[in-house]
Amino acid sequence: MFRFAQHDKITPMEIVPLGDSALIVRVREQFDDAPEETLDEVLRAFQRIRNAAIPGVIELAPAYTSVSVFFDPITAAKAIETPGELFDLFVERIRAAVAAGADRGSRRRTARFRAHLVEIPACYDPEFALDIDDVARRANVSTSDVIRLHSAAEYRVACIGFVPGFPFLTGLPKKLATPRRDVPRKEIPPGSVGIGGAQTGIYPLHSPGGWNLIGRTPLRLFDPDKTPPTLLRAGDRVRFRVITREEFESFKR
Amino acid sequence: MGFREFGVSSGGALDSFGLRVTNLLVGNDEGAAGLEITLGGLQSRFENDRVVAWCGGEFDVQIASTPLPACHAGHVRAGERLKFGWPQIGCRAWLAVSGGIDVPSTLGSRSTDFRAQFGGFEGRTLRDGDQLPLGKFRQLQTPATERISTWTAPHDWASPAKRDPMLRFIPGVDWNRFNARTLRRLTSEAFTVSSDSDRMGVRLDGPKLERMDNLDLISEAVAPGTIQVPPSGKPILLLRDCQTIGGYPKIGHVITVDLGIAAQLRAGDHVHFSEVWLTDAHRLLLDREREFKRFRIGIGLQST
Repeated sequence: MFRFAQHDKITPMEIVPLGDSALIVRVREQFDDAPEETLDEVLRAFQRIRNAAIPGVIELAPAYTSVSVFFDPITAAKAIETPGELFDLFVERIRAAVAAGADRGSRRRTARFRAHLVEIPACYDPEFALDIDDVARRANVSTSDVIRLHSAAEYRVACIGFVPGFPFLTGLPKKLATPRRDVPRKEIPPGSVGIGGAQTGIYPLHSPGGWNLIGRTPLRLFDPDKTPPTLLRAGDRVRFRVITREEFESFKR
Repeated sequence: MGFREFGVSSGGALDSFGLRVTNLLVGNDEGAAGLEITLGGLQSRFENDRVVAWCGGEFDVQIASTPLPACHAGHVRAGERLKFGWPQIGCRAWLAVSGGIDVPSTLGSRSTDFRAQFGGFEGRTLRDGDQLPLGKFRQLQTPATERISTWTAPHDWASPAKRDPMLRFIPGVDWNRFNARTLRRLTSEAFTVSSDSDRMGVRLDGPKLERMDNLDLISEAVAPGTIQVPPSGKPILLLRDCQTIGGYPKIGHVITVDLGIAAQLRAGDHVHFSEVWLTDAHRLLLDREREFKRFRIGIGLQST
């Protein structure tokens, strides 16, 4: 099996097909035991594969422990003799791209993945925080403790998905972990901040959802007319800043 | 160029190949925007002369009162109506109009994202009374005297819908999480399409697909064609509007050349699955593309 050195660690990298027009590069096996390191490694692989500009690749997306690579087999096939070689060709090129980057990285001793810090104003007003009492009860703390804990922590975007612009944030204080609601809500307003299991996140659009709602941000997380279309990207660091209801309303204007 | 890293799904015609074919038939670039018609019932009036072509399920389609069979180019004159009846088999059709549907491009595409409500025509399905802008077109591909073209595309491209289709798939990464009995049932028994299916996915009833483990899987990418199995054991076949990531095991992936057939599944249909190799999936796709190229050359000759 192919192996590549990184931060003095030997990491096996598994590449598996996701149908005939995509594949998944599994950079690591586990996420929760080292979220920061895992994300850094996944994002490095993501950037290296992207920089390699492999013919036929349409798009890439990082998520937790892996990077997905979507490709057009027809364009890619121009470089091969028989269809049997197509997947192997991608595997070879992706491995080369990740390994080449790793070599350069070790020579230059590149720093960790450069992450933006994005501050998200959040209003924890009871009208927005429909489930904060449930979260508080489960954690055996007061609702103001929930607000304090949630807004004091620093999070990282492990993945954008579910709906466009939805950030899955890792780094939720363990105390606040709360299972999803038994019955999902049919309609959640955009900007709603929620807790789902050990993660927190923000609903960018009107959508159904089962997370426990504890607040709302006036910021727009997804705007298809902007480049990039999302406020957050995988790897970004995130903090929530408590705002009052008045501040929330003035943001909206 | 895609926007999957921002959580944006593939989108576009569920039978993207079919739309490419119909676009060629009306003289468009193969990537021009068209209409996806679900369960028929569309009536449209044209303000100027256009060439139209459609493909998909078994629909009765008429220009004024002249029947327009699938994948024949038809000439609609200004003021005339184009009508889609209800499908006998299948559920969707794709309509190409010379010049294409000229809606603005959002995130590099003219397609509609219904969940996020952007793109296409005001980010929504069409309603009675909507007026769609059409693009300019270079020339009529059919001679003006010919109402309906005699030449057409291969039958499988024009009419992919089948009453009880067989879909070919390659095993997914979580194949080995399922017991041998489940894997046998997947390839030997029929699944029934449930009524809560949509552009995101086809929900299937039938033999319960049972896992051997109950580990929580780390969320990773899913793709159009992925067959995922939620804890209910009832598989979901994902289509082009599916979300970008998922945490359910992936038992298989329907191959790209069969996604046009999958796009025709409607409530109550029975579907079978048959396993193929990844190499077969690629060979079939490349073969079809070679045929498509020949078809494109043929059309070029017809119109000169």
